[in-house]
Amino acid sequence: MTTASPRIVDPASDRLPGGFDPRRLRTEFPIFANNPGLVFLDSGASAQKPASVIDQIADYYRTDYANVHRGVYHLSARSTELFEAARVKAQRFLNAADPREIVFVRGATEAINLVAQSWGAAFLEAGDEVLISELEHHSNIVPWQLLRDRLGFRLVVAPIDATGGLDLAAFAAHLSPRTRLVAITHLANATGALVPVETVVELAHRVGARVLVDGCQAAPRLDVDVQALGCDFYVFSGHKTYGPTGIGVLWGRHELLAAMPPWQGGGEMILNVTFEKTVYQEPPHRFEAGTPDISGAIGLGTALDFIESLGRANILEHEEALTGYGVDRLSRIEGLRLVGAGQRRLGILSFDLEGVHPHDLATVLDRHHVAVRAGHHCAQPLLEKLGYPATTRASLGVYNDEADIDKLAAAIEAAREMFT
Amino acid sequence: MTDDLRELYQDIILDHGRRPRNFRPIEHATHTAQGYNPLCGDRVTVFLTLDGDRITDVSFQGRGCAISTAAASLMTEVLKGKSVEEARELFAHFHARVTGGEDKPLPEPLAEEMERLEPLTGVKAYPARVKCATLSWHALEAALKGGGDAPVKTE
Repeated sequence: MTTASPRIVDPASDRLPGGFDPRRLRTEFPIFANNPGLVFLDSGASAQKPASVIDQIADYYRTDYANVHRGVYHLSARSTELFEAARVKAQRFLNAADPREIVFVRGATEAINLVAQSWGAAFLEAGDEVLISELEHHSNIVPWQLLRDRLGFRLVVAPIDATGGLDLAAFAAHLSPRTRLVAITHLANATGALVPVETVVELAHRVGARVLVDGCQAAPRLDVDVQALGCDFYVFSGHKTYGPTGIGVLWGRHELLAAMPPWQGGGEMILNVTFEKTVYQEPPHRFEAGTPDISGAIGLGTALDFIESLGRANILEHEEALTGYGVDRLSRIEGLRLVGAGQRRLGILSFDLEGVHPHDLATVLDRHHVAVRAGHHCAQPLLEKLGYPATTRASLGVYNDEADIDKLAAAIEAAREMFT
Repeated sequence: MTDDLRELYQDIILDHGRRPRNFRPIEHATHTAQGYNPLCGDRVTVFLTLDGDRITDVSFQGRGCAISTAAASLMTEVLKGKSVEEARELFAHFHARVTGGEDKPLPEPLAEEMERLEPLTGVKAYPARVKCATLSWHALEAALKGGGDAPVKTE
């Protein structure tokens, strides 16, 4: 098994904000060597993978592979050990109290659906309210709509304010004793608006509501501490945290998970099965029916090692500095409007260029080797509210630097010249 | 600008994208339908006036990228005066040209009209953009079929 080695920073080198050098970091990501000149600004959709993650997955299949939790033989025990070690890494990554609070799922979407279908179906009923916000990704809207249509509770939406951030006063006003759950993003994927989750949790807990936090965009950028946040569920996707696709994490307080019925039935999640009655496993295995994505979980563990080796405070400092540079640089482009992201924007620059459709812009940027996302970013209600049918979005990763932003700006200028 | 970008965004496309022709509603249209691209949120409404089998007027409205706007604009220009059958033949041919499918030779007058659509076939090299070029044509087909309330989608 490859382990991450601590990075030695040469004080004489030309260090960039964040205490580490994105240009050197880029050499750890094979995608850049294989695509010379690539300016990758779509980490918000999915981050690139360091060699350590890619190698770890291949190594695991080559040397340690067998199914988990059932083999008596040595190889299966070793595989199980690696899989469960990844769970402990996820626990530490979120500063969760116990590894049994970590459920491996396909991604954040599946995690939210799991909470909706298990916790929601067991504990919500007509007359209750689930409160979401206008900042949400479709994956934190649609699962609640599906459940609402089945159970008849009310789905309430807390609005954003004029700056594009969560309107905390309105949020508080939308809470009531009927609110059973608040499901909210930590960092809005379409705009980069950071939500003050601690305050949201405090307000929600006052009325007895549980809080689920969608941490997809926050997990790769912030030092997430679920105990400090005080929330009840936290979800994130592995592929946005420099890990493989097909794996993600649901964290839930143990007492909540323990009270939740199984979601999917099958192998792995049972203690004893007869045709009359089945006794289920304790969490987390109760929620992991079937053979899990073992290599994905192990690869995710290595990705989390990678993040920790960089230092999460360093990553945040880097992303904040680069976000600031991006805001400053893009704001100087004529006809460009940044989409509002409230009081604090992090890692994501969503914008509109007057007279140029985002898809045309993205096509031109692509020809300049700049990869960005154009469209509604799976947040149609938010863009509708903000008054944009679509925007262009640049999202940052640890391998981006100011030169990438400069290339983005130059390519935008070229597009503006062409279309207007 | 790089040459292959020029191949996609030819002057005629940039021009029709900026100043689309027949960009207006037809008040008493005999046929109308909406097209919607869920990928980018682009919407187009196509209006038709048919006199028997003949398209006497055609127009569109909506919002979209330069490719989809130019495609709709050029479509309205070539369709005016055509029969329904000719419109369908043009679409089949155009569709084949932008998706890289097989196209049968067109009869002489239609072949000339097809040449006017030729600048749009640059999208063939951009698989993600083919739907932009065909959105208005899909809406046209839906309108000719009798429309319906639900917008026709590109996927």
